[in-house]
Amino acid sequence: MYQYTDFDRQFVHLRAAQFRDQLERWQSGKLPEDEFRPLRLQNGWYVQRYAPMLRVAVPYGELSSRQLRVLAKIARDYDEPEAEVYKNALATQGKLGTHKLPTHYAHFTTRQNVQYNWIPLAKSADVMDLLASVDMHGIQTSGNCIRNITSDERAGVAADEIADPRPFAEIMRQWSTLHPEFAFLPRKFKIAITGAREDRAATGWHDVGLHLLKNEQGELGFRVQVGGGMGRTPIIGTVLREFLPWNQIMNYLEAVIRVYNRYGRRDNIYKARIKILVKAEGQRYIDDVEAEYKQVIEHDGAPHTITQAELDRVSASFVPPQLATRVIRSAEDTDADLRTEAADDPMFARWLQRNVAAHKNPALRAVTLSFKRRLQAPGDASADQLDTAARLADRFSAGEVRVTHDQNLLLPWVHAEDLHALWLAAREAGFASANVHLLTDMIACPGGDFCALANARSIPIAEAITERYQDLDELDDLGEIDLHISGCINSCGHHHSGHIGILGVDKDGKEWYQVTLGGSDGSALSGSPQAGKAVGPSFSAAEVPDVIEAVLTAYRDHRTAGETFIDALRRVGHEPFKAAANGARFKVEVAA
Amino acid sequence: MNRTLQLVAAEDHVDNGDPNVLQLANDADPLAIEVCLDGVERIDLDFPKFTDGRAYSQAFLLRRRLGFKGDLRATGDVLIDQLVQMQRMGFSSAVLKEGVDASAAQRQFDRFAAFYQGDAVQTAPMFTRA
Repeated sequence: MYQYTDFDRQFVHLRAAQFRDQLERWQSGKLPEDEFRPLRLQNGWYVQRYAPMLRVAVPYGELSSRQLRVLAKIARDYDEPEAEVYKNALATQGKLGTHKLPTHYAHFTTRQNVQYNWIPLAKSADVMDLLASVDMHGIQTSGNCIRNITSDERAGVAADEIADPRPFAEIMRQWSTLHPEFAFLPRKFKIAITGAREDRAATGWHDVGLHLLKNEQGELGFRVQVGGGMGRTPIIGTVLREFLPWNQIMNYLEAVIRVYNRYGRRDNIYKARIKILVKAEGQRYIDDVEAEYKQVIEHDGAPHTITQAELDRVSASFVPPQLATRVIRSAEDTDADLRTEAADDPMFARWLQRNVAAHKNPALRAVTLSFKRRLQAPGDASADQLDTAARLADRFSAGEVRVTHDQNLLLPWVHAEDLHALWLAAREAGFASANVHLLTDMIACPGGDFCALANARSIPIAEAITERYQDLDELDDLGEIDLHISGCINSCGHHHSGHIGILGVDKDGKEWYQVTLGGSDGSALSGSPQAGKAVGPSFSAAEVPDVIEAVLTAYRDHRTAGETFIDALRRVGHEPFKAAANGARFKVEVAA
Repeated sequence: MNRTLQLVAAEDHVDNGDPNVLQLANDADPLAIEVCLDGVERIDLDFPKFTDGRAYSQAFLLRRRLGFKGDLRATGDVLIDQLVQMQRMGFSSAVLKEGVDASAAQRQFDRFAAFYQGDAVQTAPMFTRA
């Protein structure tokens, strides 16, 4: 993991002090609400349906066990609403049918961050100090600025990696932090970076998607995509450069963002993302970026060219950790033991197959702790569960975890011979659902139970589908399916990129759900990134589980041996799936 | 950081039609200014809302690309929490919005001694300075 320098550490403490100053001026009436709001947003503080929400930055998803413990402490000591606030929330949500609103929880997001739903604003500055004590912050996790940079959850450990994206992500994190020119862009700006063959970071769906690769001469560079995004207008990024030398990335991004800052629309919030500018201007935008980049290089002297010394300095933080000394056994012996243990226990065998991934180092594995299980919302973790995850990280993974895009935790440094012991411990903690990438490993936003923007609740839909699909044999048989649920068109639950997407919509003040099919995040399983297509008019909440079941039954009817859901859908076409979905509508009896 | 940005009281900011003072709308392209900047003493850039950041890029282009050496002034919705970044982008003076309490301004400059990235004034990023 990146090791903070004294400067880095002091910087987040100063940022916390600056926030306290702003908060106190707001509390004393010296800073009007309208002027405070953008400032608190750029520190991660929203005000949601009932209470403030804090989004903590987890740069490229990497966390130490020490940081996890502080996140647990924040959940335990601060994620608690005032009694009146909670009473009102329960009463209002109760009318919709939600009777459980967990407190003392954290939530993992699709952008690898961590959110809290109940911390009173009066305690916000104390929480920022606590975060700063473990090199954490909420800088630019909201607001119309460069947001936290996301990456491959297996960065630095993936077997298919071309180059480790983390040093670049960190260098860009520093470059984008409190950037004076780009703090008030037309709209938010999200960057994702990956360095593996497989795209596990949905790069095509980002404002900027960066893919590390090598050219024919073996030199390292980036494929640069600009203008992807979800929301009302789902668009896949346009490739601006097939190959940009690695050391030029910040000079190039400066041009990309400066042109956007000057010409992106500011008259309509729904048309303000860079995707709209790229789509509207097309080649003219690209020409402007290239002309501006030329000026940055030739006139300004390419000031943000990454030096080899800086790359080396930052990369030194990302060397594989020293793992506990142990008796070295051959890979063959370890594999034989695992086979024996798997033969003894089919549950362990299933978990090995689902939750354990190959690693650069053949002696190690990357293991996903599943936060998709009954009775808890996708990606939710209680204070105790965060502490438990920290213990597992210390015991099995050199004290490190990753927050995944799919809202789970990943242990990146697990010895193959520890897998059985880890499985036992994970099972006891409730993190061993063997469902990674299966239907119940769904993405869902907090939705209308918490979010002020949502049109409908997401969590009850996720819960209903989870309840219906508890049979692991059935889940295994259905195979890998991306189910993504968003409570509104802002698409935090990435419904556009789900093989099956569910979108909450509001009709006459009631919750309805549009179902889409055929979306892709850009992974090998899902094919090139694209948005799903709606099957028809929206469904009631009660219909949704039946609709999903009907679609999956259609898949079983049409698939060939070994064919995945998404492949069958592409081969057969949407029609039979649409017909099945629409056939699952509740019949309304019409009086004769 | 050392404050070089001059805070101008609203009543002292006068537009008396001085030909050596230019006002640039925030959607104007500084690079398309037809006049020679040699005799220009001051350029006023506008923040219609403090959340509209176009003038930061305009300031950068005026200072770095056109080498403008005169007074670059921030006008409009100018609040104390953005003064540091204005200075970093090359503004040399700022007219605080009417009613803004300036007493908290100085400590914003005192807080951060340095930043990571280069800007219009300190052009080199921290990693090349050392």
